[in-house]
Amino acid sequence: MINYIWFFMILGGVITSASKGQINLVTEGVLKGSEQAVLVALGLIGIVSFWSGVMRIAQDAGLMEMIARALGPVARKLFPEVPSHHPAMGALLVAMSANILGLGNACTPLGLKAMGHLQELNGDKETASNAMCTFMALTSSSLTVIPTTIIALRLTHGSASPTEIIGPILIATTCSTLTALAVDALLRRFSKKR
Amino acid sequence: MTSLIQGLSRWAIPLLLLGITTLGLSKRVPIYESFVEGAKEGWQTALRILPYLVGMLVAIQVFQHSGALDRLIDLVSPLTNFLGFPREVLPLALMRPISGSGSLALLSQTFATFGPDSLVGRVAATVMGSTETSLYVLTVYAGSVGLKRTRHTLATSLISDVAGVLAALYIVLHYFA
Repeated sequence: MINYIWFFMILGGVITSASKGQINLVTEGVLKGSEQAVLVALGLIGIVSFWSGVMRIAQDAGLMEMIARALGPVARKLFPEVPSHHPAMGALLVAMSANILGLGNACTPLGLKAMGHLQELNGDKETASNAMCTFMALTSSSLTVIPTTIIALRLTHGSASPTEIIGPILIATTCSTLTALAVDALLRRFSKKR
Repeated sequence: MTSLIQGLSRWAIPLLLLGITTLGLSKRVPIYESFVEGAKEGWQTALRILPYLVGMLVAIQVFQHSGALDRLIDLVSPLTNFLGFPREVLPLALMRPISGSGSLALLSQTFATFGPDSLVGRVAATVMGSTETSLYVLTVYAGSVGLKRTRHTLATSLISDVAGVLAALYIVLHYFA
C-alpha cells in the first residue's frame, strides 16, 4: 500500500506541475523534501540521544518493571505477545504515557526506544510484528489527552475559552483510537507475517 | 483551567527528569554512566531514519509544492460538502496525516480567518487534536528499526484518521449546540 501512495504522490505532483506548465515545481519539491529530511533527522539526533540516556537510567533503576507491573493488565491485553518482564513492555507503556500527556518532543524518542525493544522480540526483522503494528496504529491515531499546542494557539488567537475544546477532542480522539484498535485487530488476520 | 494545564505541561518534563534521576541514585545506579551508555544509541537511530524520511518527505513536497494537494481538495470537496463537512477544514484534514508543521500552519490560518470560537475553528481544532501525523509516525518508527513491511498499519492509521475527522465534526455539532 505504501508503494501505491508513494507513487500516487509523485504521479500527482508531476501531472499537476506539467498541466500548469511549471514542471520545475517537481524539482523544487525534491530539493525541499530532501533538505527537510536531513533537518528532521539531524534535529532528532540530540533529543533521541537524550531520552535514550534517560530511559537507560530508568531501566537500570528498575522503573520499567514497576510501570509494567502497575499497568500490566491493560498492556497484556493490548500486546499479548510481549512478555510482561521484558523491557519492551515498560518502554511501550512509557512511550504511550508520554503521548497521552502530550509531552511533545519526548514522544518520538520514547516511541523509537519501544520499537527498538520490540524488534528484539521480532523474528523477521524486516516485517512488523503484531505488537509493532498495534503500537504504531495506537501512536498514529493520536493518544493526546491534553492538547497543549492547540490550546496555546486558541489562546493567541483570542479565544474566549481556549480550554473548552478539551472535551470534544477527548471524545473524538477516543473514537479514533478505538477505531485504530478495532481495525488493527481485524486487518491483522489478513496480513499475516510471512 | 488554562493556567493549570499550561503549568502541568511546563512541569511534566522537568519533574520526569528529576524523578528518574532521583530514583536511579536511590537504587545506586551510576546514573551518569547509564545515561551516556543509553545516549550512544541516539546517533544510530537518527541515521537509520534518514533514507525513510528522504523518501517520504520528497514525495510529500512534490505533491504539495506542485499544487496537487490543492487539486485533490477541489476534487473531494463536493462529496464532503454533501456530508455537511465545512469545506474550510478540508485542507487541514487532508494535510494532517502527511505534515505536522503544515497542518499546524493551516490550523493557525483557520483561527485567524474564522476565529477560534467559530464552528469552523472548533471543528478544525478537534480534527487537529484527534488525529496524528500518521505518515510521519509510521515512516520514522518503521525506519528506526529498518522495517521494510509494515503490513496493515498504514491502512489502519488512515482509517482511524478518517474516524477522527468524522467524530470531530459530529461531536462539535452536538457539543456546542
